[in-house]
Amino acid sequence: MTGWMLDLPLALGLFGAGAATLAARSLFGAVLGFISTGLIATLVWVRLEAPDVALTEAVIGAAATSVIILYVASRVGGGAAPPAPPHIALRVLAATLSALLAVLLALALLALPEQAPSLAAPVLEKIGPTGLGNPVTAVLMAHRAIDTLLESAVLVFAVFVIWSMAPDRRWGRAPGPAFVAEPHGPLAFLARVLPPIGIVIGIYIAWVGADAPGGKFQGGAVLAAMWVLPWIAGLIAPPSIRDMRLRLAIAAGPLVFLLVGLAGFAWAEGFLAYPPGYAKILILLIETAMTLSVATAMACMIAGPPERRPQP
Amino acid sequence: MIGTPGGSLLVLAIALPLGATLIAFVLGGQAAARIARASLWLWLALAVAIVAMVIARGEPLTYLLGGFTPPLGIALAADGLAAAMLLASAIVLVAAGLFGRVAYPAPSWEKGGRAAFAYWCLLPALAASLAVAFLARDLFSLFVALEMLTFTALALACLDGRPSQFKAELRYLLFALLGSVLYLLGCALLYGAYGTLDIGLLAGNTRADAPTRLAGALMTVGLLAKMAVFPLHLWLPPAHAGAPPAGSALLSGLVVKGAFVLLVRLWFWVLPGPPVAGAELLAALGAAAILVGSVVALRQERLKALIAYSTVAQIGYLFLMFPLLMAGDPDAATRAWMGGMMQAVSHALAKAAMFLAAGLIVQSIGEDRVAGLCGAARATPLSVLAIGIGGLSLMGVPPSGGFTAKWMLLRASVDTGQWWWSLVILAGGLLTGGYVYRLVAAALSPTPEGVTPRPVPRIQEGAVLVLALLSMLLGLLPLSMLGLAQIGQPVIAP
Amino acid sequence: MNATAPFALAAAGLIGLGLYGMLAQSSVLRKVIAFNLLGVGVFLVFGVVARRGAAAGLPADPVPQAMVITGLVVAFAATALALVLTLRLHQSTGAVTLAEDPEASTPPAKSGASAE
Repeated sequence: MTGWMLDLPLALGLFGAGAATLAARSLFGAVLGFISTGLIATLVWVRLEAPDVALTEAVIGAAATSVIILYVASRVGGGAAPPAPPHIALRVLAATLSALLAVLLALALLALPEQAPSLAAPVLEKIGPTGLGNPVTAVLMAHRAIDTLLESAVLVFAVFVIWSMAPDRRWGRAPGPAFVAEPHGPLAFLARVLPPIGIVIGIYIAWVGADAPGGKFQGGAVLAAMWVLPWIAGLIAPPSIRDMRLRLAIAAGPLVFLLVGLAGFAWAEGFLAYPPGYAKILILLIETAMTLSVATAMACMIAGPPERRPQP
Repeated sequence: MIGTPGGSLLVLAIALPLGATLIAFVLGGQAAARIARASLWLWLALAVAIVAMVIARGEPLTYLLGGFTPPLGIALAADGLAAAMLLASAIVLVAAGLFGRVAYPAPSWEKGGRAAFAYWCLLPALAASLAVAFLARDLFSLFVALEMLTFTALALACLDGRPSQFKAELRYLLFALLGSVLYLLGCALLYGAYGTLDIGLLAGNTRADAPTRLAGALMTVGLLAKMAVFPLHLWLPPAHAGAPPAGSALLSGLVVKGAFVLLVRLWFWVLPGPPVAGAELLAALGAAAILVGSVVALRQERLKALIAYSTVAQIGYLFLMFPLLMAGDPDAATRAWMGGMMQAVSHALAKAAMFLAAGLIVQSIGEDRVAGLCGAARATPLSVLAIGIGGLSLMGVPPSGGFTAKWMLLRASVDTGQWWWSLVILAGGLLTGGYVYRLVAAALSPTPEGVTPRPVPRIQEGAVLVLALLSMLLGLLPLSMLGLAQIGQPVIAP
Repeated sequence: MNATAPFALAAAGLIGLGLYGMLAQSSVLRKVIAFNLLGVGVFLVFGVVARRGAAAGLPADPVPQAMVITGLVVAFAATALALVLTLRLHQSTGAVTLAEDPEASTPPAKSGASAE
């Protein structure tokens, strides 16, 4: 029962932070509320014995998402007067629906079978040939590899969808806004100090993912942040979307994954199967390419459609 | 054994367009356009091969990815429904490829190259997303497929970069995101209850308890929002009508069908003895969509808005099959199943043809008001013909695919004693006739003074007409289609 | 009742809050934040399910955890798309809500609409 002493306040805090996010008067307040929700959720994931997810939630769910919301909010004038709320009848209807869903969901969750079904045993049984020590990574890279392949492709899709929304007259430029921040502000200070540390941390997180909590998505997100920060601060110029190296870096992860997957037809049991004895080295190859791609794609997604004139 | 013979074709149907998307994105320029077009033709060949293999074997093709058996691994499978939808999608996408040769000729990094670059990345991306949506047998992989579809659909609709479109698309995106997150919540509940999201393993093994029922309700609502079913339809007409012609054709013809296939899989495979009352509610929403969508279409001023409202109505027909399948009459169930499938396929072809043709007409006479279509038949006879033929298929005039679809649904509703649906089908046909007549009559009226229509390229008109003719000819091959439809048809206990 | 009950209830509550925010707030950015709250709740449901599935010496079932990692990345991409659309909507019309405006069907007065 000692667990509940910790879990109850966490659960209450999570709900409270979510409620504060909705109730916040200003947009900035709402983002702060959302960041707190994300941080508490990270702790909850630790309590749920899911350190890989905790890391992902912290880096992508809370940090990267908040950064991008704040960034866009600052560009559309988030401080301006909030728009008029919808009609009271609509709000009452929405509140009723939401409360109903929450109650039904709580009841359904408490009614889940006492003997919870689990794939933990089958995962461990089939983890041997992958040579991996982290079961979550094994699921991502072997047992449910197609999901991970598609997910890395989704990031590429998202990048060209975002680029395709560029204003026509700014097509072919570098990702990000047309105007750059001052190179001596506080942001620029952070952009000078953080990247050397952040890059090491990002690569470390990506590297240990094979055996310990971590992996390419979390590490790649950290790397993306370290790359974007100097762009936004105006310290370094992002590459233009014309640069094929940029596009290759974005697509390398899913391309390598797809090629290794197809090679399985010739050298292993079939698509997305690894040849015995080579599984771990191939998975590391895919993960390296994916770390590069996740970092580049996320950096481009944060920066937004091409608008910026490439600097000489 | 990792799969049935021909199982590798399923892998290629996903891997080929996915690889083409990535390579087109990296290379850019004319190479992107060439790779995209070549991949679509190859994809069509794969789809034909898959249909042929399914018919020849008389049972679904399957493949276990990575050699892992569900519940741990993920299976791909092509039954009659998946194979037919794959082929219809490939035909529409090849036509969109031909259409795009003229509409989006020069992808580049210079000014004016944006839309073309995006278009040629998006066509194979849409093919890959649809392939996953039709073939994957895991509810979570299908979630990823739904998101892929949403992203590509969004970009196709915004290709023109018109400011008015951003609002319509943002509304669509919020609907779609809410839909997918509800769907995902349903997945979490199902996993908690059964420890697997494999459709084959869930089939026949689910219980009618609280988590399962709530999961079914959440996933159904989520998919209905994505399909723009009445009364969640308000986002569709502006989003589809404001898109460029090729975008509208792909959105209305194909993207909506991805969510439809998921809904069918959910109801007739996953849910435990699907609730008859729920099925009747779905059909009632469908009936309302048919009547409201058609009446509103009848009153539209603008050509593309009319066709978009027609989509709302035609999606409604897809829902009539739900209660008919559950009536406990095997013959009626087979007719309803085939009617629903035929409706999905024939609407994909007919609606794509109509949107593309509408685009050509607008381009030629520079007018998109229905009242301003005078002389269109002289300016672009083949496009007007395509709209007419597509319209006949939507109305359900023999021998079109739409006729077979509506006739099968009509018979099933009479056979099961649910005659009220047949009234809706008949009324919908009449209303459809009304709005198609409005279009064709306006187009046939004489050219006004002082208007010189611009000629439209032959290849575009040709592609459009072939699509329309295929939707018509579908009705002439009911027997072989019947065989295909029945392969993998779910057996629903009354 | 079991050890995960507090988190299950918190997840249900967050989902309710997120749904309300998506439906009842008018600012698009607030809707996007609400979508992410809803997402946190849905992912936590997976987390509760995973923790309940502790077996074979593992403290939680790895399969739902892998799904959450995939889901988080997809949700980030979706958020980025929604925000870019919001930005472009603002740049081209000055709007930050989806409310119908009177000239909804006609493009704004500024000509050369496709340029910006």
